[in-house]
Amino acid sequence: MVSLEDFGSYETAWCPGCGNFSILQSVKQALVDLQLKPQELLFVSGIGQAAKAPHYLRANVFNGLHGRSLPVATGAKLANPGLTVVVESGDGCNYGEGGNHFLAAIRRNIDLTLLVHNNQIYGLTKGQASPTTAAGQVTKAQPSGVASDPFNPLAVAVAMKAGFVARGFSGMPEHLTTLIGKAVRHKGFALVDILQPCVSFNKVNTSAWYKKRCYELPAGYNPSDWAEAMKTSMEWGERIPLGIIYENNRPVYGDHFPQVKQKPLIAMKPDQEQLIRIMNSYA
Amino acid sequence: MTDPGGLNILIGGEAGQGLVTIGQLLAKALVRSGYFIVVTQGYQSRIRGGHNTFSIRTGPRELSTPREAVDLLIALDRETISLHQGDLHSGGLIITDLSWGGERSDFVGVPFKELGPVKLNNTLALGVAGALIGLPQDVLLNVLSGFFGKKNPSVLEENRQALTKAFQWTGNKAPVFPKLPRVSDPGKRVMMNGNEAIALGALSAGLKFFSFYPMTPATSIALSLAAQAESLGVIVEQAENEIGAVNMAIGASFAGAPSMVATSGGGFALMVEGVSLSAMTETPLVIVVAQRPGPATGLPTRTEQADLDFILHAGHGEFPRAIFTPGTIEECFYLTRQAFALAESFQGPVFILTDQFLADSYRAVSSFPIEDLPWVGPVSDPPNISFPYQRYALTEEGLSPRLIPGMTDHLVVADSDEHTEDGHLTEDLAVRKKMVDKRMTKMEGLLREASMPEYRGEPNPDVLLMTWGSTKGAVLEAAAELNKQGKRTGTLSFSQVWPLVADHFSSILEGAKEVVAVEGNAQGQFARLIRRETGFPISRRVLRYDGLPITPEYILNSLKA
Repeated sequence: MVSLEDFGSYETAWCPGCGNFSILQSVKQALVDLQLKPQELLFVSGIGQAAKAPHYLRANVFNGLHGRSLPVATGAKLANPGLTVVVESGDGCNYGEGGNHFLAAIRRNIDLTLLVHNNQIYGLTKGQASPTTAAGQVTKAQPSGVASDPFNPLAVAVAMKAGFVARGFSGMPEHLTTLIGKAVRHKGFALVDILQPCVSFNKVNTSAWYKKRCYELPAGYNPSDWAEAMKTSMEWGERIPLGIIYENNRPVYGDHFPQVKQKPLIAMKPDQEQLIRIMNSYA
Repeated sequence: MTDPGGLNILIGGEAGQGLVTIGQLLAKALVRSGYFIVVTQGYQSRIRGGHNTFSIRTGPRELSTPREAVDLLIALDRETISLHQGDLHSGGLIITDLSWGGERSDFVGVPFKELGPVKLNNTLALGVAGALIGLPQDVLLNVLSGFFGKKNPSVLEENRQALTKAFQWTGNKAPVFPKLPRVSDPGKRVMMNGNEAIALGALSAGLKFFSFYPMTPATSIALSLAAQAESLGVIVEQAENEIGAVNMAIGASFAGAPSMVATSGGGFALMVEGVSLSAMTETPLVIVVAQRPGPATGLPTRTEQADLDFILHAGHGEFPRAIFTPGTIEECFYLTRQAFALAESFQGPVFILTDQFLADSYRAVSSFPIEDLPWVGPVSDPPNISFPYQRYALTEEGLSPRLIPGMTDHLVVADSDEHTEDGHLTEDLAVRKKMVDKRMTKMEGLLREASMPEYRGEPNPDVLLMTWGSTKGAVLEAAAELNKQGKRTGTLSFSQVWPLVADHFSSILEGAKEVVAVEGNAQGQFARLIRRETGFPISRRVLRYDGLPITPEYILNSLKA
């Protein structure tokens, strides 16, 4: 039996009251619910306060560079399809610095889970606008207000028919735990955009701001209806929908490589006869 | 013929006229008939039109460099005649369309229109050239069959007929040209260019994962690997950009797959953060950089050796690395194998630095003894590791036991931040210092394994030609000619330019009356590196940076000046 204790307990570098604590707890609980052992898991992260999260649980971890967690995770997953790969990082890391990798991962439909701690601000560098900061919001780096419109990751993911697209909120931990569990179980690329307050640097999108707006999608909502999902993904402002917004069963990336049949590349024995045939083809 | 090695054939024409096709077919027929070859390809960054060349220097003895003077010019368009007739030796011939040449004695005017449709002009020219130099017709027919294969029997048949007609026409109408001397024992050789040899070397070493973004002149490494990936259980992945490519390779390597990326200077500029990441996380990575002239987009399809300084310093922070610079096709193969072994054993970034000239240069090489060559793989799981596993355990040699995530009961934690022995980020400055020392200590192992430069010549020569990478062949042949002229000349060729062990070569430099650095860049980057590392100044330099490879003629003319 895997229990919460298996994932350990660590001192963190986060501010008191940060949404990250509750997200970390939800992640651990979801893994316990799925009975996944730390040894079967690979967490890949980038840089930012959210990207430190994998240091605070027991698992295999690759904490790489800012924006680059998805390609590292893609390489690792292709090399060993047996690993359950979870990418955990923030809005700046995934939607800003790593934007192209985000698009490519959706296109590939690589079988991994992307958890984006989305606090709509750069926390670690102390309060500059992130790709999801609201237009007009004043920061020290954007003293006249943010001039660009915010990036809508869910609408982009749905438009590209990502395998699994969901939104959670750090203030609703049980709901979030369920979403993360479903995302990890989903075969293919799964995005969970997780709204969270930044208590130090985002004075607009506070815990109360989110609580007032977030609502769970009703039981009758059909996440396989793409047109409905497009509409839902655009809903933002006075009301913010939470839950699985879109889901499909697109073919999973890697399944087209017959050379990797759920076996790590490291375990594949070399074929010298084939190599000799290849060399002779140059004669 | 004044070429000491044999015969120099140059095929010129527009992109789209099929000159590379007949160049490769002619080269293959030569190799199968037992001749050695050195191919130089000069092409423009376009799919149609422009002026492209495919030159083959060939002869019965081993060749290591192209030469500039041409014996047989195959002009598929008129521009080739005006551009290259000045390179023709006395006694040389130009194969061209009958209607372009008039009555010049050095013209072989082929009535292409009478012999076949325009689309077969290249095969007709191939036939005329083959017949002139004395290649057996059946060897060329076999090569044609291999190229067109069973996929397209009607195309093969019309090409076979064109080739036969060209042989008949040449026998009856063409002027006489000195035939290549027959090779009695052709030996078993394969025709391979630098990129193909790197790909095969990587596969033979145990490559399991390759990611790339297309960039000339490195792309054919990816294509060679992609063609074989499925049959060998290797994953070849085209990434969204070079940043994605290098990070994917690091992820795959972390998960246990020996991994490689290949690009050129501009693409490598994007990969630079990955070099630093490979070093910090101590993840093995082989990086091929096939140079082309920069800065920026530069001359995309030409050659240069100007990225040495860049590769030497790429990546923020301080960490050890190794840089191999193959000078021949054989070295492309064996040094790639060595790069894999080294990347896995020292757990960090290892470079293979080539250039467009070597990447595209087909040569005849003896088959590699693949059955006798060991595979390298990730250091197998050491059985006696206690819990909890520490990915960055401090050791005397700086090397920590490397486990692969998901393959044992241990957890593997790697971090791009400065980290503790167990891989978690830290700001403990005492730990920081220990970790820098640990990483830098790995340099001692790299120094122990560094390859010696190759010296050829008598001791204490009057002139020492010092070079690195693909310029080796030109330097060897230039030295041979200087020795023939009575000038005692030695050569010192570096196939590994970092790390350098001064004891390997200082006495050779000091023992020569004069040292000349021969390099394909504008600053003498390697000469400056030697000065930095040894204090030995080399002021005389033969440099080339017009986009063309250094040839023996170029060196000899520069030394005369």
